[in-house]
Amino acid sequence: MSEQRETPRTHALDTKRLRDTYRQGQSMGGEKTSLSLRDLQLFYGNDRALNGIDLDIPEKRVTAFIGPSGCGKSTLLRCINRMNDLIDNCRVQGQILLDGEDIYHHSVDVAELRRRVGMVFQKPNPFPKSIYENVAFGLRLQGVNSRRILDEVVESSLQRAALWDEVKDRLQENAFSLSGGQQQRLVIARAIAIEPEVILLDEPASALDPISTLKIEELINELKDKYTIVIVTHNMQQAARVSDYTAFMYMGDLVEYGDTDTIFTNPSKKQTEDYITGRYG
Amino acid sequence: MKDWFKKGSPWIWLSGGAVTISMVMVLGLVLMIAYNGLSHFWPKPVLEFEYQLEGQASAERVIGEISRSETMTAAAMREAGFHVPEDQAVVVRHLIKRGNRDVTGQDFVWYLEDFMSNKRFPEDILVLERLQWGDFYGFLREFVIDGEVVTIGDDARRAFENTLQETSQLVREINVIERVNIGDVNFRMEQLRRQLRGLQLNETISDEQRAVLEAEVAESRADLDAQYAELEQRRNELRREVSRYAITMETMGGQMRRIPLNNIVHAWRPNEMSFFQKVGHYGRSFWDFVSGYPREANTEGGILPAIYGTVLMVLIMSVVVTPFGVLAAIYLREYAKQGPLTQLIRISVNNLAGVPSIVFGVFGLGFFVYFLGGNIDQMFYSETLPSPTFGSPALIWASLTLALLTLPVVIVSTEEGLSRIPRSIRDGSLALGATKAETLWRTVVPLAAPAMMTGLILAVARAAGEVAPLMLVGVVKMAPSLPLDGNYPFLHLDRAFMHLGFHIFDVGFQSPNVEAGRPLVYATAMVLVFLIVILNLTAMVIRNRLREKYRSESD
Repeated sequence: MSEQRETPRTHALDTKRLRDTYRQGQSMGGEKTSLSLRDLQLFYGNDRALNGIDLDIPEKRVTAFIGPSGCGKSTLLRCINRMNDLIDNCRVQGQILLDGEDIYHHSVDVAELRRRVGMVFQKPNPFPKSIYENVAFGLRLQGVNSRRILDEVVESSLQRAALWDEVKDRLQENAFSLSGGQQQRLVIARAIAIEPEVILLDEPASALDPISTLKIEELINELKDKYTIVIVTHNMQQAARVSDYTAFMYMGDLVEYGDTDTIFTNPSKKQTEDYITGRYG
Repeated sequence: MKDWFKKGSPWIWLSGGAVTISMVMVLGLVLMIAYNGLSHFWPKPVLEFEYQLEGQASAERVIGEISRSETMTAAAMREAGFHVPEDQAVVVRHLIKRGNRDVTGQDFVWYLEDFMSNKRFPEDILVLERLQWGDFYGFLREFVIDGEVVTIGDDARRAFENTLQETSQLVREINVIERVNIGDVNFRMEQLRRQLRGLQLNETISDEQRAVLEAEVAESRADLDAQYAELEQRRNELRREVSRYAITMETMGGQMRRIPLNNIVHAWRPNEMSFFQKVGHYGRSFWDFVSGYPREANTEGGILPAIYGTVLMVLIMSVVVTPFGVLAAIYLREYAKQGPLTQLIRISVNNLAGVPSIVFGVFGLGFFVYFLGGNIDQMFYSETLPSPTFGSPALIWASLTLALLTLPVVIVSTEEGLSRIPRSIRDGSLALGATKAETLWRTVVPLAAPAMMTGLILAVARAAGEVAPLMLVGVVKMAPSLPLDGNYPFLHLDRAFMHLGFHIFDVGFQSPNVEAGRPLVYATAMVLVFLIVILNLTAMVIRNRLREKYRSESD
């Protein structure tokens, strides 16, 4: 697999792709790019799930992936911190550049990468430990055991995740005593405790009630001044509310990518318009 | 009726019935064991009666406890040669425990109800529990000091009771000297002997060095000899003191028997005891049973060494089997590539659970005892050869054999536990930059800990009840010393040990006196059952605490 990644790419001469990439780069205006996906292809065995995605994700902005179920948006998200490595017979081709470095290069330490690219899943998945230990988990992994540092980080992370006021008196309680929305914010606090550069959110609010959803959305807004956020969502209103840029995907293809206002008000592709107006998906 | 079937009611009734039958059977078994085992320690009244078979000139006097009674058909009794009147259909017979094995030669005898007469419960019957020859039933007649009759009648009784208290103190002291102090000295002497032999075999040291070292050994040896002599003298003094006292008892046949007090463990008069005295007696006998050493080919005395050996063996087995089983399961489930080979290994592990346990015993004897133990002896204990140290059945080999036997149970339940941990927990940990190993040790294994404990519980239950393989690899009928004592290195893994399961088999089927052993079989079985229950409850409490600690939505 690594050999394939290292072979020189011929598609760089593919003029159509170059043109697309160029155009997309333009649409991002003067934003600084955090992540660049270059001809990203993903195979499950012999089935291709992603058909060569080229995408630039700007730094400290919220980018949303939308599209019907099975279009590959979650798969794409999981490529960014290499969670797909865990799936047998899953194969990735192409490049993802994080600050200019290919994360699929064989010299990359996957654990280190995942420290830089945090992830929050659809269903809240706190560990069966205390609230405090959940947030401290990432730091303890890095060998931080100083009580003072841990206390500080736990408090600041919970505060940033807008959960501190609700749990400050019961940090030693089991994380499962929290409600679903609180659990999801705890998981976000856990992710930001290790100061990642990018946070990937995989439908973070789909298992929550509307009020909790609102809180998560507010939180995303707060967090984007410090982190690059990529969010996958089914909910188009949510994408419109929280994201700065939106990518519409369909059947493993990136159909359209641009700033959210343009995508939702003036999509350039028929497919995008159909999806956004609810004609399918 | 059709409706009734449609609703599925028959299945509920069937499964309910099955559960009920199982419960009744288990409960019945436990109650039967408990009743027979516990009732043995209750002081039964002693019956005195005249017995005259037809055709016998004179009646014979019989004293004893009714052990059990049976109702026989008259026809069977006629065939056995007894005369039973024509119109009588059934005959009742009693098994009488007469004791006095040294006098009559037979301590359990059947008597027919029809020929018994003049039944009574005389208050002054004295029952003696003796160190040798079992119980003695009779009447106290004389109290003897230094071979001379000192008092008779009521005075004798008072003198006897007072002196018995003193002598049993002394007897206890003698026991301590023999079992503990002299045992220690012997143990150290054995070590010195080994040291000396090692010196003689050692070719790397010069003759002068050897001479010096041997002199040192000889010095310590002389020291120990002196200690031994001192202890022996003390013991002999005590023995002499105790053996001065004796009593004369009248047996049921009217013979006079002189019984030295150092042979008497307890004496009681069951027919004049009040209820509370009986309760006291009961408690003391039961305590003697669980805390004492066996006597008389295991048919008398206590089962402490067997309890000790069983618990120790199960504990060592748990300590060995848990890490091995858990690591094997983690490898199989988490690291090994899932394919035909892994599947084959898994099937083999499951099949290992079905192999008859005696096969494990044979394997343990061949591999652990002869191969491993033999090689350890060659390498580290060559000075004691040809007498084996680890090359003979021992606690460690028994524990290892049982660990092997219970390994599949632990592996299977740990694997089940691991497979039940939701993917989302692993993903969460990995997404925070944990490696696979960190994810396993920090989140997955703690969550699977209750399942591992379940495996251990099953393993303990199976190991504690296993007897067949142990007979080959470590259990003996009578172990001279406990495997855990005050001598360095305290835990003697190379010693053979006693085991409750084997004790039951031994007393029940190998003892010379079946009737005397029968109640002990029940009592020992009861202790074994309770021991397993206690071990299991401990493990369950630990498991439930773990479960509470790592409670998650998936549970």
